[in-house]
Order: sequence, then C-alpha cells, then structure tokens
Amino acid sequence: MKRNASRGLAYEEDLLFELSRPGRRGADTPAYDIPRVDVEDLLGGLLRDDVAALPEVSEVDVVRHFTRMSTWNAAVDLGLYPLGSCTMKYNPKVNERVARLPGFSHAHPMAPAVDNQGLLGLCFELEQWLAEISGMDRVTLQPAAGAQGELAGIMMIRAYHEQRGDTRRQKVLVPDSAHGTNPASAALNGYDIVAVPSGEDGILHPEAVAERMTDEIAALMITNPNTLGLFESHIAELCDVVHAGGGLVYGDGANLNALLGVSRPGDMGIDVMHYNLHKTFSTPHGGGGPGAGPVGIKASLAPYLPTPVVEQGPDGFFWNHDLPDSIGRLHGNHGNVGMLVRAYTYILALGAEGLRRSTDLAVLNANYLLACLREHYHVPIDRPVMHECIVSDRGLAETGITTMDVAKRLIDHGYHPPTIYFPLIVAGAMMIEPTESESLEGLDRFVEALVEIADEARTDPETVRTAPHHTRHRRLDETRAARKPILRWQPPTEPA
Amino acid sequence: MSEIQIPDALRYSKEDEWVRAEGDRATIGVTDYAQQQLGDIVFIELPEVGRQIEAGEPFGVIESVKAVSDLFAPIGGEIVEVNQGLTEGPEAVNEDCYGDGWMIVVAPSDSGAIEALLDASAYGTHCQEREDQG
Ligand SMILES: Cc1ncc(COP(=O)(O)O)c(C=O)c1O
Repeated sequence: MKRNASRGLAYEEDLLFELSRPGRRGADTPAYDIPRVDVEDLLGGLLRDDVAALPEVSEVDVVRHFTRMSTWNAAVDLGLYPLGSCTMKYNPKVNERVARLPGFSHAHPMAPAVDNQGLLGLCFELEQWLAEISGMDRVTLQPAAGAQGELAGIMMIRAYHEQRGDTRRQKVLVPDSAHGTNPASAALNGYDIVAVPSGEDGILHPEAVAERMTDEIAALMITNPNTLGLFESHIAELCDVVHAGGGLVYGDGANLNALLGVSRPGDMGIDVMHYNLHKTFSTPHGGGGPGAGPVGIKASLAPYLPTPVVEQGPDGFFWNHDLPDSIGRLHGNHGNVGMLVRAYTYILALGAEGLRRSTDLAVLNANYLLACLREHYHVPIDRPVMHECIVSDRGLAETGITTMDVAKRLIDHGYHPPTIYFPLIVAGAMMIEPTESESLEGLDRFVEALVEIADEARTDPETVRTAPHHTRHRRLDETRAARKPILRWQPPTEPA
Repeated sequence: MSEIQIPDALRYSKEDEWVRAEGDRATIGVTDYAQQQLGDIVFIELPEVGRQIEAGEPFGVIESVKAVSDLFAPIGGEIVEVNQGLTEGPEAVNEDCYGDGWMIVVAPSDSGAIEALLDASAYGTHCQEREDQG
C-alpha cells in the first residue's frame, strides 16, 4: 500500500495477510522431546494437505499493526460518543483494576467450585443485586449480550406456555418502535410477529394492544423507556391487558440506565427482561470488549432458567446443573465473566445513591440537549424525554442536507455520530444519548458543533454534503459496500 | 426530495406498492415515493413462483442503506413470475421502479381487488399528507 510522506505516523495500514512473508514468525518452538505420532494415521485420512494460509508475521509486526489501528478509533476515552440506544457511558478504570485481580483474572472456569468461591460469590451477589435493582425474582448471568438475553427470555416464555399445554400461542406482539433484535428473537423461537403501532405521542396505548391480544399471543415485547427515549406511561395497564389475555410481558432492558433507583420493571408488571451490562453497568463495548446480557425473571419462570445456576449450599457456592425443565445452556462455562466483575464493581462503587444519581444526570443531560437543539433541528415528538432525544433532518429539507450528511460532518468536529435512521418510525432520525458521563461544558461544545452544522447546511451545503474532510478517508461509498461487499481477503492471483 | 412520479395508469396501495393490471395478471412493484424514502436499495428478497399470497400479507423484504422493510401484497393471488434480476441488481428499483424494477406478477384471486385500490390522484394525496406530517 502507498504511504504518504506528509502524514507522519498516520500510516495506511496493510492487512496482516498482506504483511505476511513466508517463514517469518513471532515465536520459536523448542525441539521435540516427546515421541512423534502419525497424525495422518490418527485422523484416518482427514488431515488436510494444504496449510491454512494464516499470516506469517513477527511479534513486532503484529504489535505495530494493532497499535496503529487502535489510534484510528473513536473511543469514549477520547470524547463524547452519543450513539443513541447504545449508552456509550464512560467505563471507569476501577472496573479494569478489579477485573485484573488474580483471583478473577486467573480463575479457570473448570476449576472445582471450592477453588473459585470468590468468583462464584460475586456471581451470586450480582444476580441478587440485578434482581433488586429491577424488581425481578431470579437472574441468569449466562447470555453474552442483550440479543442473546432476548433469545433466552423468549425461550423461557415458550417453555412456560408449553409446560401448561398452551400450544395455541404462536405469535408475539412487538411495537413498531422496537429494536430489530426484538422481532428477530421472537422469530428465532418460531413465533410470528404482530406489529403494534405506537400512538401519535410516540408511546404504546392499551387499546392498540387489547385489539390484538388473543389466545394466540404468547407475549408482548416492550422497551421502557422506548427507543424514542419516551417513558411508556401506560406500562402497568399494558401488562394487565397482556396478562388478562394469558400472555407474558418481555421487557427489553436496553434503556434501564434511565430507571436506576427510580422505578423497577418488575413492579411495572414485566415478567422477563434482559440487562445490557455493557450499557447500563459501564462495561466496555463497541470493540472494547464482549457484551453481557443477564436475564431477570419472575418466580413463575424459574424452572426454565438456563443451566447451570449458581447457588449457595452448606459447603459454599456451587453450580447447580439439575434443572430438569431448563431451556439448557446458552454459553460456554458461565458467560462473559470478566464483564460480570466489572458490572459488579460499578454497582459497588456507585452504591444505591450513585446509581440513582447516574440516572438523574443521564435524563437531565438528554433533556438539556433537546432544549438546546430544538431551535435548530426539527423535533419529531416534542415531549420531555428520558435518557436520549431524537431530532431529524426535516428542518433542513430545503437545503438538501440529510441526516447522513450531518452525521458525517460531526466527525470533522471530533464526535462519533449519533445513531441515525433509527428508530425506523422517524424519518431521518438522529438519536442522541449523552449519558451521565458528560459535563455541562462538554454538552455545550457538542451543541455548538450541531448548531454550526445546521447553519453551514444553509450557507455552505457542499462542505456538509462532502464531509468528512479531516479524516484519514473521505466519505465511504456505503451503497457499494452493501451491494458488492468484499467479505474476505483473497490471495492476489498475480504475484504482488 | 425530488418530484414523485405517479403514473396515471396504475393502482396503488397505502403501503406504497403499485399494481398494473394486464388481462388476468397483475404486475406489482414499489412506488417512486417508497424508493425515494428508502434511499439506495441494496437487497431484495422475493417469494417463490407458485406461492399464494393474501392481500396485506408480507411477500418479501426490501433493504436499503437506511432501513429494512417488509413488502406488503396489495392484492391476493398466486405468484406466477418473480423478477430474478433484482437479486443481483437491486438498484433497478431506484433507477426504474415502474419498469425494470418490477417485483412480482400475480394471478389475482379476486379481479375486483385492483379496482378497490387507490388511483393516482388519491395516492398522490396520501404521499403529500405524509410529507406534511413528517
Ligand atoms: C433497544 C435495544 N434492544 C436490544 C438491543 C440488543 O442488545 P445487544 O447489542 O447487547 O445484543 C439493543 C442494542 O443496541 C437495543 O438498543
């Protein structure tokens, strides 16, 4: 790849495959001092005769490759990262410190429980804390992210109905504002989706659910606050309607960061919910680490929990595998345990008061942004919001500048763009979630950038339309990338 | 948004599909309004020939750089032809939604159903209303 002499350390970076040179390596293996075995013979003819074309590179090649690329990232440690619905809050460093304690970082998942009492105790306590925070009875820590939590939750709902011989229920109600993972999780469980329209005010109304609530409905999946950042104020009645019709209510907890210490999904009537630890409880995500999506349930669903569950007996904590009606295992070993340690640390560090304050500030920040932006951007549903707000490109229509252009121009101001074109029911949506991490000055700077872009759309639309201008690459052709994606590296046909 | 093309000879559904009646067959696609709203279309999933569809039922999926939506059957009937070209070249829907961008041909189960759809002027009003609401 060509390097530009004017760009200093801002190198272009080749793929590891392109850096590969035959025979180059980063480690030496010692001479064999064990008896050789005939692998070919052992595998009964299954040995492949071509060697997988893995890159042959040295240690320093690999370190520089990844270190350089890490400097190209937007990260929450570099600045505001206002991706709506994703809750890119700051990830406190104390979480990392605790996760690196040898008792946690060196624990082996297959070690006997007696050697892992600290970690098992942490899991046990975290389950109880999550249950307490959300008003649920039991929690499983296994699922690897929100989407897998949804899958687990809907599997438990299916098991519950089937156990009662209630096999007519083959449909799930999903509001039109839902995140795509909701219908996907229901469909993966073999359910048909019945879409429920939101009202003009952006929330769900009990009549819309009642109209569709039949004895074929297994569950309603609802997000509260919803993806428009609005509190579903009819939630108790919605749950009553579904329960009266024999269904259960799944609560998508992706936005639980707007409720901590203020209200609890379990008290609203939710039967099953997931927690995105990587959102609400400050564990890294978006390239920074794997997710974790524990699921909370009401006692009636306890028989179906994934196995194993951590329990406390006379000899300490242990993994109980003996749940005959369980939906089974969802993850190798015990889930993404390192994330559980971080979430536990966050809860412990903030305490009940601190959690409540994080919610207060997240809500205050979102409403502050909305108040500052209202004059400059169209606000599709102008009501007080919870932890995120939505503006759109509608007010810019005559300039020809779209949400995509605004998002790209924000990059020039040093911000990761907000979530755009979601939720689908708002045309040209920009969904902004500042989280509790931002200071007043930080929010003001972000508002200034957005206001400047709105002005620029009128005075110099071309600059906005062709943004970003200060990035390593100019605007990428997203259409071509989607229509003709290059999904894997292929060796060049001619010698390079 | 540039001006929306709404040919007089076609019938329309509120979900932004058009229908062209030709003898005992009807060709179906999505409208210019839908195409403009969606932006660059990158993927289209269509049903098999021979399937029965009912009016209002989803018969396929359309994906653009902005969004994924279901395609809703404006009328019921048996699918007799599918535009295979859209698998490789979904951009035809952006470029020529009433021509090369057609999606399916059905043998309608109820010949009166097409007449009951919106005509060009009623559909135009429907588009305008949504523009005004945002
Ligand atoms: C409302 C909502 N539900 C579910 C999910 C899925 O969660 P995860 O990304 O942890 O799988 C998300 C993720 O963004 C979300 O915003």
